[in-house]
Amino acid sequence: MSALSLKGITKAFGSMPVLKGIDMEIENGEFTVLVGPSGCGKSTLLNIIAGLEPATGGTVEIGGRIVNDVAPKDRNIAMVFQTYALYPSMTVRQNITFGLECRNVPKREREAAVTRVAALLQIESLLDRKPSQLSGGQRQRVAMGRALVRDPLLFLFDEPLSNLDAKLRVEMRMEIKQLHQRIRSTNVYVTHDQIEAMTMATRIAVMHQGEVQQFADPDTVYNRPANLFVARFMGAPPMNTLPARIETAAGGVRAVVGRGETAVALPLPAAFAAQAGREVVLGLRPECIAEEDRRFGHGGERVTLELPVEMTEPTGAETIVLARLGGERALARVSPDVRLRSGDRGRFVLDMRRACLFDPGTGALIA
Amino acid sequence: MPAWGRLLAHGIVWALGIAFLVPFAVVVLNSLRTAQEIAQSAMIGWPESWAFSNYAEAWSEFCVAQSCTGLRPFMWNSAAVTIPATVISTLLGAIAGYAISLWRFRGDTWIFGLVTLGIFLPQQVRLIPWTFVLRDIGLINTLTGLVVIHTIQGMSFTTLFCRNYYVSIPQDLMKAARIDGAGFFRTFFRIVLPLSPPILIVTVIWQFTHIWNEFLYGVTFTTGSQQPVTAALIGLNAAIADVPQYGVQSAAVVLAALPTLLVYLFGGKYFLRGLTAGAVK
Ligand SMILES: Nc1ncnc2c1ncn2[C@@H]1O[C@H](COP(=O)(O)OP(=O)(O)OP(=O)(O)O)[C@@H](O)[C@H]1O
Ligand SMILES: [Mg+2]
Repeated sequence: MSALSLKGITKAFGSMPVLKGIDMEIENGEFTVLVGPSGCGKSTLLNIIAGLEPATGGTVEIGGRIVNDVAPKDRNIAMVFQTYALYPSMTVRQNITFGLECRNVPKREREAAVTRVAALLQIESLLDRKPSQLSGGQRQRVAMGRALVRDPLLFLFDEPLSNLDAKLRVEMRMEIKQLHQRIRSTNVYVTHDQIEAMTMATRIAVMHQGEVQQFADPDTVYNRPANLFVARFMGAPPMNTLPARIETAAGGVRAVVGRGETAVALPLPAAFAAQAGREVVLGLRPECIAEEDRRFGHGGERVTLELPVEMTEPTGAETIVLARLGGERALARVSPDVRLRSGDRGRFVLDMRRACLFDPGTGALIA
Repeated sequence: MPAWGRLLAHGIVWALGIAFLVPFAVVVLNSLRTAQEIAQSAMIGWPESWAFSNYAEAWSEFCVAQSCTGLRPFMWNSAAVTIPATVISTLLGAIAGYAISLWRFRGDTWIFGLVTLGIFLPQQVRLIPWTFVLRDIGLINTLTGLVVIHTIQGMSFTTLFCRNYYVSIPQDLMKAARIDGAGFFRTFFRIVLPLSPPILIVTVIWQFTHIWNEFLYGVTFTTGSQQPVTAALIGLNAAIADVPQYGVQSAAVVLAALPTLLVYLFGGKYFLRGLTAGAVK
C-alpha cells in the first residue's frame, strides 16, 4: 500500500491551469522531493495533498484512503511551512502541543510528547520562549517539532530551509536527512533548490509548468534526465546541451558538433550506433569535460581536445571554464591548479560514456 | 526639508493646535468663575477666585429640565450605553473582520462592502428606520435601544479596522491552524485575538469617544431620565430662566467631556501606534 497516491490531479485557478494531471505513487518511508522553477505548481500540489486547497480533478489517497473530501486535520499529515508559521503569541511548548490540544489529547500525554520531540530536536532550553525570541534556525526546529509531535503518516515540507542563511541551510539539510533515516518517516518535500533535492531525496519529481517531467531517483535524474528541461534544471552549472549530428565512421559512432572547420567529432559508445544519421542535442555534464590529465573512473577511450577558453570562474574547490566546442559554448569543470586565462587554448579530456542524446524537436531523451 | 519649510510646518501645527484649544480653554476657565463674575466682566477672562463649587453643583444639584439631580444620573446613563456598546461592537467587529479577511468565502467582498457602506450613510438617513425598528422591538426611550443602535452601527467601523489589520496576518498561520485541527472560534480566540491588542485599542477608543459624544440618537429616542449626558446638556441650557449660569454650565460641559478626554490622554499614544501597526512583525 502506498503512503500517498495521486491520480490525475489537475488544478485551475479561474481559467488558468496550474496542474495538468499529476500521477504519483509514493511508498512508505520514501523521501520525495518536488523540485522545479518558481511558479511551476509545487506549493499548489502540496496544498492539495494537505487538503488546504481543493483539486479541480483527480484523487488523493493517503494510506490507502481517498481523502478528497477529508479535512486537513483528519488526513493524518503534518506540514512545515517556509515562513514557519509559528503562532506568535504562544510559547514554543504551546506551539508544539496546539495540534494535540485541538485533538483533546490529555495533558500528561502532551507533556510526554513535547519532551520526546524537544529531545529529538535539541530544543529543550527553548520551550518557554516565544517565537519572536528565537533565531531563524531555532524557529525552523520548532516548526519541525510541531510536525513531529503528532507522528503522522505523511510529512509535507514547503521550502522549509529557504529563509535560512547558506551555512545553516546546509546544516539543517543534513539534520533533516538524518532525522528521516532515524524515524523512517514518509516525506514530501518542496524546494526549488536542486542541491537540496539531490542530497535529500530518495526520489525526485522534477516539475515544470504544472507537469511532472521526471520522477526517479536522484542518480537517474542527474545522469539520465528524461528531457532537456530536466537536464538544464538539475545541476549547477547545468548540463551542456549542444546541437550535434550522429555519424558512423570507420572507428565507430561519433557526434559531430558544429560545421566546417570548427566542427568537432566526439566518439560515442557503440550503443549509440542506432541513432546514426540523426540530428540530436548532445548532453554532457560540465564535469565530463576536465583538464587533460584527469582520469575518469573507468577505462575506455580517452577523448582529448584543444579548445579555446572564453572565461574562467574560480570557485576555490574547482574552476568553471567557459570554452568553445565546435563553435558552441560549453562549460567545463577543471582542477583549480590548472591556470587558464581567457584567450588561451586549453587541453581537455572528455568523458563521453556519460553523454545523453535528446530529440531536438520534443526535447525527450533518446539515448 | 529646508529650515523655512520646517518653520512653516511648525507654524501651521501650532496655529491649528491653538485654534482647537482656545474654545476649550475658555470653557475650562469659565467653569471656575462664578456667574456674577462672568456677568460683570467679559466672557473670556482669568478666574478671580477659583469657584470649584461649580463642579459640585453641576454634578449633583443643578436642575436639568424639571429634575434637580445634576449631571450625575445622565453620566451613568451615558456609561451604561457607551461601555456595553463599545465592548460588544468591538468584539463582533473583530470576529467579522477575522471571518472576512482570513476565512475567504463566497461573497465575502460583497459582505465587507455592505458592512462598510454603513460608514458613509449619513446619520439622518438612518433615523427614521431606527424609529420603526426600536418601536417594533419595544425599545423606544430605553438605554438598551441606544446600545442596540450603537452596537450595530459601530460594527461598520470596527469591522473595517479589524479586517484591515487582520489581512496582514500571514495565510500560512491559518493553514497551520487548519492542519493542527483548530476550528473557526478556536483559531480566533487562541491565535488571532492574542495578536489583536493594537487594533482593539484603536477600535475601543474610537467607539468609546463616538458613542459617548453622540447626540442625535440620544435626543431623538430618549427623554427625561433616560437621556445620555450629551442630550441632557440641552435641558440644562433650557432650564435657565433668570441669570445665565455660565459657570455651572461650563463645569457641566467639562464634566461631560471628561471621560473621552481621559480615554484619549491615557490611550492616545496606543491609538496612533495601533493605527500604523501590522499584526505580525
Ligand atoms: N490563489 C491563487 N490564485 C490564482 N493563482 C494562483 C493562486 N495560487 C497560486 N497561483 C498560481 O499558480 C501557479 C503555481 O503557484 P505555486 O505557488 O504552486 O508555485 P510554486 O511552484 O510553489 O512556486 P515557488 O517556488 O515560487 O513557491 C503560479 O503561477 C501562481 O501564480
Ligand atoms: Mg511555493
